[in-house]
Amino acid sequence: MFARQIMTKGFKPSLNPTAVGRLGFGNVRGLATITGSTGRQMPQPTRERSTPVSHDRATFTIRNGPIFHGKSFGARSNTSGEAVFSTALVGYPESMTDPSYRGQILVFTQPLIGNYGVPSAARDEHGLLKYFESPNIQAIGIVVADAALKYSHWTAVESLGDWCAREGVPAISGVDTRAIVTYLREQGSSLARITIGEEYDADQDEAFTDPEQINLVEKVSTKAPFHVSSSSGDLHVAVIDCGVKENILRSMVGRGASVTCFPWDYPIHKYAHHFDGVFISNGPGDPTHCQKTVYHLGKLMEKYNGPIMGICLGHQLLALAAGAKTIKLKYGNRAHNIPALDLSTGRCHITSQNHGYAVDIKTLPSSDWKEYFVNLNDGSNEGMIHTSRPIMSTQFHPEAKGGPLDSSFLFDSYLQQVADYKAEQARFEPSRSGRPNTLLVDLLSKQRVGVVPENVLATLSRKAEAAKNSTANKSVATPAAPAA
Amino acid sequence: MMALPRGLALRALRPSLTASCPKPARSLSSLPKLLSTPLAAGNSAKAATNSQRWLSIQQARTFSSTRKLFELQEAPSAQAYLASGAIASGKNLVDVTKVLVIGSGGLSIGQAGEFDYSGSQAIKALKEAGKKSILINPNIATIQTSHFLADEVYYLPVTPEYVSHVIERERPDGIFLTFGGQTGLNVGVQMDKMGIFDRMGVKVLGTPIKTLETSEDRDLFAKALNEINIPIAESIAVNSVDTALDAAEKIGYPIIVRSAYALGGLGSGFANNREELHDLSARSLSLSPQILVEKSLKGWKEVEYEVVRDASNNCITVCNMENFDPLGIHTGDSIVVAPSQTLSDEEYHMLRSAAIDIVRHLGVVGECNVQYALQPDGLDYRVIEVNARLSRSSALASKATGYPLAYTAAKIGLGHTLPELPNAVTKTTTANFEPSLDYIVTKIPRWDLSKFAHVKRDIGSSMKSVGEVMAIGRTFEESIQKAIRQVDPQFLGFQGAKFDDLDFELANPSDRRWLAVGQAMLHENYTVDRVYDLTKIDKWFLYKLQNIVDKHRELVGVGSLFGITRDIMSSAKKMGFSDKQIAGCVNSTEQEVRARRKSFGIIPFVKKIDTLAAEFPADTNYLYTTYNATTHDVEFDTHGIVILGSGVYRIGSSVEFDWCAVSCTVALREMGNKTIMINYNPETYSTDFDTADKLYFEELSYERVMDIYELESAAGVVVSVGGQLPQNIALKLQNNGARVLGTNPEDIDRAEDRHKFSQILDSIGVDQPAWKELTSVKEARAFAEEVSYPVLVRPSYVLSGAAMSVIRNEAELEAKLLNASSVSPDHPVVITKFIEGAMEIDVDAVASNGNLIVHAVSEHVEAAGVHSGDATLVLPPVTLDEETMSRVKQIAEKVAKAWKITGPFNMQIIKATEGNKVALKVIECNLRASRSFPFVSKVLGTNFIDIATKALINKDVPAPTDLMAVKRDYVATKVAQFSWTRLAGADPYLGVEMASTGEVACFGKDLVEAYWASLQSTMNFKVPKLGTGLLFGGDTGKGDLKAVVKFLAPKYKLYAVSPAVKAHLEEAGVSVELIEFPKTDKRKLREVFQKYDISGVFNLASARAKSLVDEDYVMRRNAVDFNVPLFMEPKTAVLFAQCLSEKLPLEEGKVPGEVKRWSEFIGGKPL
Repeated sequence: MFARQIMTKGFKPSLNPTAVGRLGFGNVRGLATITGSTGRQMPQPTRERSTPVSHDRATFTIRNGPIFHGKSFGARSNTSGEAVFSTALVGYPESMTDPSYRGQILVFTQPLIGNYGVPSAARDEHGLLKYFESPNIQAIGIVVADAALKYSHWTAVESLGDWCAREGVPAISGVDTRAIVTYLREQGSSLARITIGEEYDADQDEAFTDPEQINLVEKVSTKAPFHVSSSSGDLHVAVIDCGVKENILRSMVGRGASVTCFPWDYPIHKYAHHFDGVFISNGPGDPTHCQKTVYHLGKLMEKYNGPIMGICLGHQLLALAAGAKTIKLKYGNRAHNIPALDLSTGRCHITSQNHGYAVDIKTLPSSDWKEYFVNLNDGSNEGMIHTSRPIMSTQFHPEAKGGPLDSSFLFDSYLQQVADYKAEQARFEPSRSGRPNTLLVDLLSKQRVGVVPENVLATLSRKAEAAKNSTANKSVATPAAPAA
Repeated sequence: MMALPRGLALRALRPSLTASCPKPARSLSSLPKLLSTPLAAGNSAKAATNSQRWLSIQQARTFSSTRKLFELQEAPSAQAYLASGAIASGKNLVDVTKVLVIGSGGLSIGQAGEFDYSGSQAIKALKEAGKKSILINPNIATIQTSHFLADEVYYLPVTPEYVSHVIERERPDGIFLTFGGQTGLNVGVQMDKMGIFDRMGVKVLGTPIKTLETSEDRDLFAKALNEINIPIAESIAVNSVDTALDAAEKIGYPIIVRSAYALGGLGSGFANNREELHDLSARSLSLSPQILVEKSLKGWKEVEYEVVRDASNNCITVCNMENFDPLGIHTGDSIVVAPSQTLSDEEYHMLRSAAIDIVRHLGVVGECNVQYALQPDGLDYRVIEVNARLSRSSALASKATGYPLAYTAAKIGLGHTLPELPNAVTKTTTANFEPSLDYIVTKIPRWDLSKFAHVKRDIGSSMKSVGEVMAIGRTFEESIQKAIRQVDPQFLGFQGAKFDDLDFELANPSDRRWLAVGQAMLHENYTVDRVYDLTKIDKWFLYKLQNIVDKHRELVGVGSLFGITRDIMSSAKKMGFSDKQIAGCVNSTEQEVRARRKSFGIIPFVKKIDTLAAEFPADTNYLYTTYNATTHDVEFDTHGIVILGSGVYRIGSSVEFDWCAVSCTVALREMGNKTIMINYNPETYSTDFDTADKLYFEELSYERVMDIYELESAAGVVVSVGGQLPQNIALKLQNNGARVLGTNPEDIDRAEDRHKFSQILDSIGVDQPAWKELTSVKEARAFAEEVSYPVLVRPSYVLSGAAMSVIRNEAELEAKLLNASSVSPDHPVVITKFIEGAMEIDVDAVASNGNLIVHAVSEHVEAAGVHSGDATLVLPPVTLDEETMSRVKQIAEKVAKAWKITGPFNMQIIKATEGNKVALKVIECNLRASRSFPFVSKVLGTNFIDIATKALINKDVPAPTDLMAVKRDYVATKVAQFSWTRLAGADPYLGVEMASTGEVACFGKDLVEAYWASLQSTMNFKVPKLGTGLLFGGDTGKGDLKAVVKFLAPKYKLYAVSPAVKAHLEEAGVSVELIEFPKTDKRKLREVFQKYDISGVFNLASARAKSLVDEDYVMRRNAVDFNVPLFMEPKTAVLFAQCLSEKLPLEEGKVPGEVKRWSEFIGGKPL
């Protein structure tokens, strides 16, 4: 049943035809000690640079706002989307590969990036990326005051500019990021575009892409379930992948929980009882695009007694499912320095954040829910907790990467609940094991399926057509949504 | 590069749109109900709070298919949340009413102005909390020792004895130990061991004593960190040389030695083999009973974190910093950048988490600094050091981020928690956050090693720098080039210098290594890889420096100013090139480059330091300029008065000028003027964000000051309160249209230029030593013959006697002339008759339009020839008769008139007997505030700078008064604080070149009492105990040594090394024992000192030592190295001997007479 569901709901024609086998099998329990196959790696698409690194003039234009001229250091292609800023001091590789930044032009207030280059796409013993939060750059454009063209670090394999160019991501430096932030702070998040080259055509103003119109979660979520086995424990957690950061998986796998990640719209309530816990990941954009997930989560909370945890978008979706509403923040919270007060202890934690929407805590049914964390800078909600059941979620990112690790204890407490639940279930049903059977493990993909961003896909398709001189503008301005 | 006007058009449009739309209609379209509720229910207080909060988080969709404009809302506010009571505010406040704050004493290497700043913030916090503050600090030049801050001030030694006396008198119920540097901390630990705090019921606020002890004792510290599995460098604590050698065998060389209770790494060092370790451990053990032998991690990265924790266990890291140089150089001697630049997220947060774990485990309550060594090619790291107190790094972090660390630490000490404290900059968010920087800060230390004979120039684990600068830029290139110029205006930017052995200089860190890097990259074509191989400086820094080199070559390649296009000019400015530096590349002048730059419209932009990278609106006035911008963060509508600060602390210019600059600012603000401070020294109070209305953390160069002056359309500029640095650019500022307040810069020039100066003195009938302008060696020789040797050779425009020297014969003269004339080719060198044995008098005064308003006359204890900065000043003078006093006043009046002085000025006058007449000869005159202004102001109870400021703006100028005519029943003495211990090898000798790094002053009923207290106030001074041994040596030509022994003979055992000295002393009827003196074997020498229990050395030097085996040099140097009080100047040696004979033995249980409040001495709290 489990697998059949995968076939009907999860499997979609993707770039990775080897991802899921078309095999049906029953609900057979595997041995707890068996760890999943690690033998098969997803075939890495061999990507060439989408363009050589461009050092041309570049323009950063905010719609109905100021225009900034600078220098390109990434791909020679134009892009447009929502401009957001992050005040983090470190961690540009982590931020840029965070699926929550999908579709956004990321403005770094940190004036110098690229200093320590870009690390490799190496994977750890669980098959998870060691240095990135997803396999590709998720932001569609990078804006910074100064980028180091030469880097120095023991983990680096290429420069930031080379990476951006290879992934087809335009990047601009030499602009007054403080002026940009001041503008965005006053006007709120705005649509913007990066144009590479000498000419800027003001008539193109209408060509701004509005990511709000797009269900971004659909794009970053895995198209078919995938499984990551933990070598250090026998817990098993279902993760709703709305654009999960690699470190959320590392945080659970490293604490002894194998994870099976499902597409965002997977009817998880139907299968949750096979798992020791359910987790809803972070993700990009407006939570109201994910009505399906909200519906599933509502059902899940009705039927499932196990521990549920959500982070960021996962928190918002849980809140929506609980009956609360969400609001769009003026310019969002994207930083590594945000104080979140734990209302249960009075202790304040410095947290890593990346969100443009927030839960309107006033609309949360107070009969069953309590506010868990609150943002001390602007008073916005940072988390909620169920008054009687093991359900908890946070707006911030306890998994960090990048950012402070102050709140990583939340994973400890969640996985403790997961372990408790497993033990409790085992009492009722001694033969139960949260582990998936080995066949299933073998059949499932070991990593995200079909989540390569359009700009990278565009590169691939261009390569296939051997049309290397086709204009980058075209392919980015009208992205072909491949797996919709 | 320029924002197009479209943004402006939009902004202009918005108000009309706003006006035409009712409020709710513009809000979040999908949530109209939510918004209308709080808006409607805005009457009751509670609802208002709520609605504010809701307004702040409910934001409209700014786009979607159609863009909806929404109204600009108030900044999000944490205060509303705090007001709701969710955070228990002030729940666990410490119950104290009167708090004693321990100051750090005189400025010395390793412990400088930063503690004035941090102590002041602590006192501010106390004041806000309504607590009474008592301050004990003998550093009279500090700002904290003013009644506008502290309620009562004691100018007394920071020793357990004196602090106990003060506690006894004042009965405080709380004490702050962590704001007075290592001095305060050591005193606290000692007093706690003696049980004084318990007995007197004094609560130690902030970090508990136990934590302080753990962080200071390496053994306890290692144990504590072991408990939480945090690695520290493997170390073995030993207390003898032999056990140190054994330990090293176990650990393996290279070895680093550290001493417990170190002051800025004092007594620390590296050893590569047994012999080096033998010497090093012997020296360290002389300073500390216990030393630690550790594995050296040379070549690793050095990173530090500033951590704040409150008693409720909230913990944040305010700033992290990375050293430019790899591990091995004391952080105080390292070039440092903030935030770290070469650390990945993983490394950054690994170390951050460890820092928080450490601070929580140790139980710090307040501020703490954690230093790490980080593996350059992996994730291994070691904790090097933890300072559980405010430190130099914390002052830097505070200035770099805008986060008021010391203030917050004090608040926490009083029981506040981080979440309940507001962010002092934004005022709307909480203090429980971590600053985000959108700029880069570079700190470069300032050394003055060239001032000392025989000093070792290498830098390592023991700090040698006397000051530091901090520069802010938006690129590393901009930041470091600014910093280089700030260290010394002689530097144009990143540059080289000639070295005999460049590779050696690169491989061995010294005070001049960055110049070696510059030389290698700019002029010797070294590649980044080659420089890296030699220096191990992270390549990222070198790549950035290579960018500067490339730009430099591009400019040189252009060849002429007219070839410089707008793009080249702009890119050079973005990399921090100064106009002068560009001029140097294209054979032009600073003025021409400036004109061309401005013709391109290239001017610097002004940005705010607001702790949050502009995420939240902040009403801060803490500013810097950058060319990497397109808009200003501030408006220029205040047209304030610019005050130029003192710049970097160096020998000859330090905290006293900061006091002057701050006093001037305070006075201007009191009179209703807007003020604009320009300074770049992170250790100062003047660079605190709320001292002036606007603070530019910027270069004090003509270029930058003029830029700011023009941007601000300032009302005027004050050049006379920041020492010599501002004075040097005064004329240029005026010639280019700035309004210089006070004495006309033309007149300043007439005083700075020796030639013009002397001519004017002649013309007004004021006596001066015979002088002559030097044009050739032949003339000079003839003149010296005529007036007879010794003569004084000095170039114009110098501060602190640089390059000035007393010449005793013809050979010396010829050798000197080449040297001196190369110092300042623009100004002629002057030689002056040097009068030996004369008394020197310091006059500090204020005039208005040429009329003398107030003046102070202090006499020197030392004879003329000792730089006035090193001399002991006595105020009021005890040996000058009324006639002399009135003649001195007349001279001051004449000088004020002749130079049409408005503002502060200072003169040095020599009193010599010529025949039966007393001659008064002016030797120096500075038309600006001097080092002694805070001293005379505080002793006479009249703020000279306050009066000077009134004169500068010609408002409320008081009528002339003669403060010296007032009879006073007290005397104050100011003595110099030397840092000989830090300057390995330097000959402790006083001459016309200034050598002291700071000063202290104490009051007393007479000279003996004041001097007795003052001398004990100097750092680590140990009074020789009765019955111990005293060692004598040096000049026997005069009777001073005999005078000394007459005071001391029966009470101490007297020793000498040379038979001549023994014979000389025994003429006075005392018996002196000769002792062996192994000059080259430091260890044996140390044993000799121990054997005879030597507790004081009197070695009266008549000249600097010529060689390192000179017996007197060895005696002086080792007295310093073994931390035994040294007296090398005759007059003060005799005075101290008198003090010893009068003051010892101390009366048990009696509070000494000098333990009195400052306000009791001067009869009130006038400043």
